[in-house]
Parts: sequence; structure tokens; C-alpha cells
Amino acid sequence: MQTSDHILSAIRIEKAFPGTRALDKVDFHLRRGEVHALLGENGAGKSTLIKCLTGAYRRDGGAILLDGTEVDPRDTFEAQTLGIGTVYQEVNLLANLTVAENLFLGRQPRRFGMVDVGAMNRRARELLADYELDIDVTRDLASYSVAIQQVVAIARAVDLSGKVLILDEPTASLDAHEVAMLFRIVRRLKARGLGIVFVTHFLEQVYEISDRITVLRNGQLVGTRETANLDRRALIAMMIGRELAAEIHAPRAQTSEGPLRYRFRNYGRKGRVRPFDLDVRAGEVVGMAGLLGSGRTETAELLFGAHSADSGQAEIDGRAIDLSSPRAAIRHRFGFCPEDRKTSGIIGDLSVRENIVLALQARRGWTRPISRAEQNRLADHYIRALDIRTADREKPIKLLSGGNQQKAILARWLATEPEFLILDEPTRGIDVGAHAEIVKLIEALREKGLSLIVVSSEIEELVAYSTRVIVLRDRAHVAELDGNRLTAHEIVEAIAATNERRAS
Amino acid sequence: MTSFFRLYLNRLLPQLIALAVIVVAVSLVFPGFLNLEIQNGRLYGSLVDILNRGAPVVLLAIGMTVVIATKGIDLSVGAVMAICGATAAAAITSGHSLAGTLLITLAVGILCGLWNGVLVAVLDIQPIIATLVLMVAGRGIAQLITEGAILTFNDPGLIFIGSGSFAGLPMPVVIWLVFGVLIAMLVRRTALGMLIEAIGVNRQASTLSGVLTPVLLIAAYVLSGLCAAIAGIIAAADIRGADANNAGLWLELDAILAVVVGGTSLLGGRFSIAASVLGAIIIQAINTGILLSGFPPEFNLIIKAAIIVVILVLQSPRFRTAFAFLVPARGASKPSERAAK
Repeated sequence: MQTSDHILSAIRIEKAFPGTRALDKVDFHLRRGEVHALLGENGAGKSTLIKCLTGAYRRDGGAILLDGTEVDPRDTFEAQTLGIGTVYQEVNLLANLTVAENLFLGRQPRRFGMVDVGAMNRRARELLADYELDIDVTRDLASYSVAIQQVVAIARAVDLSGKVLILDEPTASLDAHEVAMLFRIVRRLKARGLGIVFVTHFLEQVYEISDRITVLRNGQLVGTRETANLDRRALIAMMIGRELAAEIHAPRAQTSEGPLRYRFRNYGRKGRVRPFDLDVRAGEVVGMAGLLGSGRTETAELLFGAHSADSGQAEIDGRAIDLSSPRAAIRHRFGFCPEDRKTSGIIGDLSVRENIVLALQARRGWTRPISRAEQNRLADHYIRALDIRTADREKPIKLLSGGNQQKAILARWLATEPEFLILDEPTRGIDVGAHAEIVKLIEALREKGLSLIVVSSEIEELVAYSTRVIVLRDRAHVAELDGNRLTAHEIVEAIAATNERRAS
Repeated sequence: MTSFFRLYLNRLLPQLIALAVIVVAVSLVFPGFLNLEIQNGRLYGSLVDILNRGAPVVLLAIGMTVVIATKGIDLSVGAVMAICGATAAAAITSGHSLAGTLLITLAVGILCGLWNGVLVAVLDIQPIIATLVLMVAGRGIAQLITEGAILTFNDPGLIFIGSGSFAGLPMPVVIWLVFGVLIAMLVRRTALGMLIEAIGVNRQASTLSGVLTPVLLIAAYVLSGLCAAIAGIIAAADIRGADANNAGLWLELDAILAVVVGGTSLLGGRFSIAASVLGAIIIQAINTGILLSGFPPEFNLIIKAAIIVVILVLQSPRFRTAFAFLVPARGASKPSERAAK
């Protein structure tokens, strides 16, 4: 009964890992020619389900039907041959090969036993023409943007498989323009009859592109709905089991302005961000908005001393200070949560406890170890205060979900009792529940009198907690919005206006 | 305290089992293996011999463990042994006092470590390449010091370090025991161990958290150089001469192997000095055991390789998950000796 219009059906899929039941009899049906969003908090079982479908994991129970016939892919290669192609968030192609080589890797056209480079390049160009992509296929993949790499990955997956395309957070590192391009391609593939599974954290995109939504929570199926009949609030309720939408978009509280504490004058570094002036008061959240590559992250890194400034000076309470290294910044009670949690935030193999005490221990120096009892007390305190979901404090932090890792890194800085906290994309790639908690934490810290700099791509969110928002473009600070002008509309205008100027 | 010991024992259990199996196996083939006797106030026997012969690799493994924990590797330790052996021989024959000789030699070892550390931490050269430089150049430097000959000496003080005894134990054993305990205390009683592990797992994140990464990296290579210097002195004192060509030859590989057999990952992070010391002793027990068992010597290297493959297979995560039901407590073996605090 379901086989006719379902291209892929997963029936009562079960998968257990030691200590957890990752998937508990989950059903998932994908129609021909639909975009099906797969949603859930981190740890809900989305990736596990996808990995079972693509053969990356062996499922413990249940059946997978592809075109009505039962299949049992043993690895991703077999899944690909059967017709299930996957494109991951981190492009899993070889950046040092050419675009054409990537497209035809393992199946290069041959002549006399040798790779026929001419034919390969010609076929690559033909293939990419279907995707409105007119690029030099003989150049290294690395020389193109992530968005183009993403499209190349899709082209390869569709060409190899051609029935089902799974997109695992493909838009996480794309800007709005690139997302639009990607969505045009997705719509075209949909029109060709492919079934497309779309995993993302961006709810706007879910509503823009998907036809149906399936929500998982704690390894169980919550339900599958038509996107058109499911409003945002109901969707969030399905995902987290409680209503948080209101909390995320709560109106900004009026703040009492504290004294001016941090002054940066003509502060900048060649090739990273142009010299800027910045004043930050106590009890103030300064938001940083702008497109990727606009200089947001560069500003944050400069303020923390991750890169030292080559012009200008910094002052705290009127005294000039040196911010040439993270250690120097930490001495002045600065803290920094970097954008890329995995490569610059967590110490994956170390325990939650060690990750939390690390910055404090580093500041005390190696000769004055924090006693084990004190470490336990600190770790337990922050695990409770920030509601970090972990079996215990000795669990390696890499096993935690993204949102809990982010909270642990916040705890690492809170343990040093910072006065100036720089957060770069603190809510990126984390689930809705943790998202709301981090927003609340930012507000609580501001009320305690901390000065915060928050970089975020989520403009609504910036408006909610910022006292002021600075807009960046082309590695320069171009606008500052506060008071009545601090609205999502104004921020978008400020970013867009400058973009138009650039185009002309 | 008891729970700490249980954790500690759990971490060292695979190595202890491997060592016990080897000792039992050899003693079956060679019945006199377990005999110990005291002559002239000194302990003699095959077991003591293993601890004594293994001294250079044990010392190298101590430094190598810390370097590997930072996600590095030190290929130069064998060559540094040769340099330091030559330095000691040259210093003592040119009339320096024993204390002066030892100080000069240790300083040379530290200098070699400093060179490696600066290449790795400041110039950001990959450790395997950075230390390869000194591995190749080191024997040349040692030959320059000895002027191409085997430099022999007769100083009783220096010879005592190689073949003397203290409290019934051969001097080399006393030296590595004391040094190993000191270094293990240094890294675990202070915060050094955790900071080194943090650097090894994620150097960038550690730097951003305020860890003094370059200094700690250099310190790790300096420690490795110091260990190589002590090993070099022992090796030279043992043969009463410095052989620039053969002193410490290939021992860097034995040291790396000892660390791996000890269960410290070459990817950096968690480390255990005690486990590496056990690893070095396992390797020496295999060497001595094969010699004593009377196998034709041409089989030695192959038998050694086979035993090590077995030990590594037993440690592999896949094997452990596949046979987890046999050893239910194995999951608790992850938190290592850091529980000391």
C-alpha cells in the first residue's frame, strides 16, 4: 500500500549503543519528488537514522525498503550503488584533486587502460551544466567556495545514486545567497523525481524548502507532518516537548547602562579587520552582525589576542593594556568561545571536568594544581547550573552533543570569573532547547554586570539580547545600531545597503 | 585511595598481564629464569638483568611518553644518546671531574632537546621531520666529538654508573627507578600532566584557553633530551667507552614501541609513564627471554615482532569491543593515573 509512492521506507528501525537506545522502532517514509526535512534536537537520533539508511551503521532491527524491495546496505558504497547518495556538512570530497577528478573518482573514463582526462573533463562540464555551474573543472576543488564544493558533492551523489539524496546540514556554513543557489538545485532535483532528505537546524530553511517534516526526539519518532499544516510553534513543541519559542523571541529587556570600561581605539590588523573604534560598558551586550567573511570572527579573535593587533590601543578603565596573546587577555579577565567548537573549543578526549577547569588551571599556572576535590566541585557546580547533560563529569567531552559541549566551554570561562566575554556564534549548530538556555545565560550574565561581545548570524537572536549591534562588511565596522534602530529589519538593511554599494 | 589504586591497576593491567605471560613462558623453557641470588650484597639473576639491560630504553620511553602525549614524536633520542655518550667520554678523558662531566653531558642533552623543541613549537615544523634532523646529524656530531674512534675511559666514578650497585640493585636500575618516579610525580602532582594532555588532544583550543603551549612543548622535548643524556651516560659507562656509530642505535624505535605497548596513543593525549616503563621492560624481557631460551639467533627479531603484534592486537579497540564480555571491568580503565590528586 505504501510501496507505490514511497521511494524509501524505513520500518521500525532499531539501533542501540552501549548505554543508550539511539533509535527505538523509528518509521520513516520518503516519497518520490519530495523534500523531507528530518528534525530533532542534537542527540535525537537524526544522524543515527541517516547512518543506518546509508549503511554507515548496521541497524539492530527493522527493514529498509527502496522502491518496494527490501535492501540491506552493508556500507555507504553499497548504499550508493543501490541509489542512496549522501552529502555531509563537511564536504567529504578530496580538496586537492580537480573538480572533474572528484566527480569521477573511482570511475574515471578510460582509454587504453589510462584515464581519459579529456573525456572526463568534458563529461564533468556536462554534468555541472545541469546545476547552473559553469566553472573550470580542471582546477583543484579547494580553490572553490564551500557552496560550490557542496554542489559538486551533490552532483556526484546524484550521478552515482539517482534515487534518494540525503543532505546532512548542507547549509551550515553557507551564506544567504549560497543557500538560495543550493535550494534552486534541490528544487530541480525534486522535479526530477528524487526523494530528498534534508537535515538542518535552520527552521526558516525547513519552511522554505520542505514538503513534509519528520521529527525525532530521544531516539523515537514524534511524528511526520505536512509542512504547510504545521506552524513554527507547533514544530518547536514537537522537537523539544515544551514551548520555548516565546522565550527565544522575548522582547529585549531595558538595561541600566553601567560605566564605560573597555575602550579600543583604531584597533585593527592588516588583512584581517580594518582599524575600528569600540567602547563597551559594564552590563552591556554588543552584537556583531554581518555576512560570513565580513570580519566578525576576525574582530572577536583580535579582541581576545588570538591574533595580535598591529594598530591602535586597548584600555580598561582608562589604563592601556596589552592584548597580544590569549594569555594576556585572560589575565585581564577576558574569555572567548570560538566559532568552531570542534577545532578550537573542546579538548575532545579529555573529560567534561578537565575541559571546565582548563582555563582556570592555565591561568593559575602548572605549579599550582587545582585539587581534585575543587575540580569536582567546579565541574559539578557548572554541570548543574548550566544543565549540561552528561552521564557524569568524567565522560569525554567529545561524546556530548553540540549544545552541551558549548555549555561546557561557557563553563570553562565562567569558572575563571571573567569580566569581558567574547562569544563567536554561541548558538550555531545546537538544538533548540540548548539554544534558548544559552540566550538566557547571556542575558543573566549581562545583568550580573559582565561586558559581552556576541557574534551571531541569527539576527532575531541578536536583536533579542544586544544593547547595541555593530554591522560589519568587507572586514570593516560599517554601522552601529541601538535604541529604536535596533531591529532585525534595520540590521538586514544595513547589511544589504552596503552590499548594494559593493555591487555598483 | 583504594579506588585510586584500582583505577591505576586497571590502566596497567594489560601490560602487567603481558609481562607475566612472557616471564612464565620463558621460565618454562629456561628453568633458571626466576632464580635470584645475592652475592657481595648485590642481587643477581635474569630478572634483575632485564631491569638492568632495559635501563636505556626505559629512560628514553619516559621522555618519549611525554613527547608523544603532546602529539609529537622524538626520533633523535638514539642519536642524542650517542652525542651524550661521546660528550661524557671526551669530558672525562680531558680531565674534568665526574660531577663536571655529568653536568656537561646533561646540559648537552638538554640543549639537543631545546633544539628539537624550538623547531617544533616555535617554527612549527612537524615533529617527525624536526627530530629527523638531529637523528641524522646527531651521529655525525658524536663522531666529531670522538674524532671517529671509540673513545675509552677508566674513570671509576663514571664506570660505577654503568656497572656499580646501590642498595643491592644495579646502578642503572636505581637511576631509572628514581628518575621515573620523580618525573611521574612532577607531571601528576602538578597540573603539567593535564595541560600536556590538553595540548596533545587539541593544541589550538589549549592555546585559546590560555595554556602556555610553546613553553610546554619545548619542555617536553627538553625532558626527552635529558632522558637521552642519562641513557647515553649509562650506555657509555657500561662499555667504558663511547661508540659514536652504535650507541643508542635504533633505540628511538624501541622507545616508541615501549610507549605504544604501554597503551599511550600516538595521536597524543592521555598518557601513563608507568605503563611506558612497563612497555620498555616487556620489550627487554622478550629480548632476554629469546636469548636465554636458546632459539637460533636468526629467529630473534621475528619472534619479537610476533609477540609484539599479539600484545598490540590485544590492546586494539576493535578486539576489546569484540571480547568485551570476557573482561567486564575493562571500560573503567580509561581514567589513568591522573586520579592521584
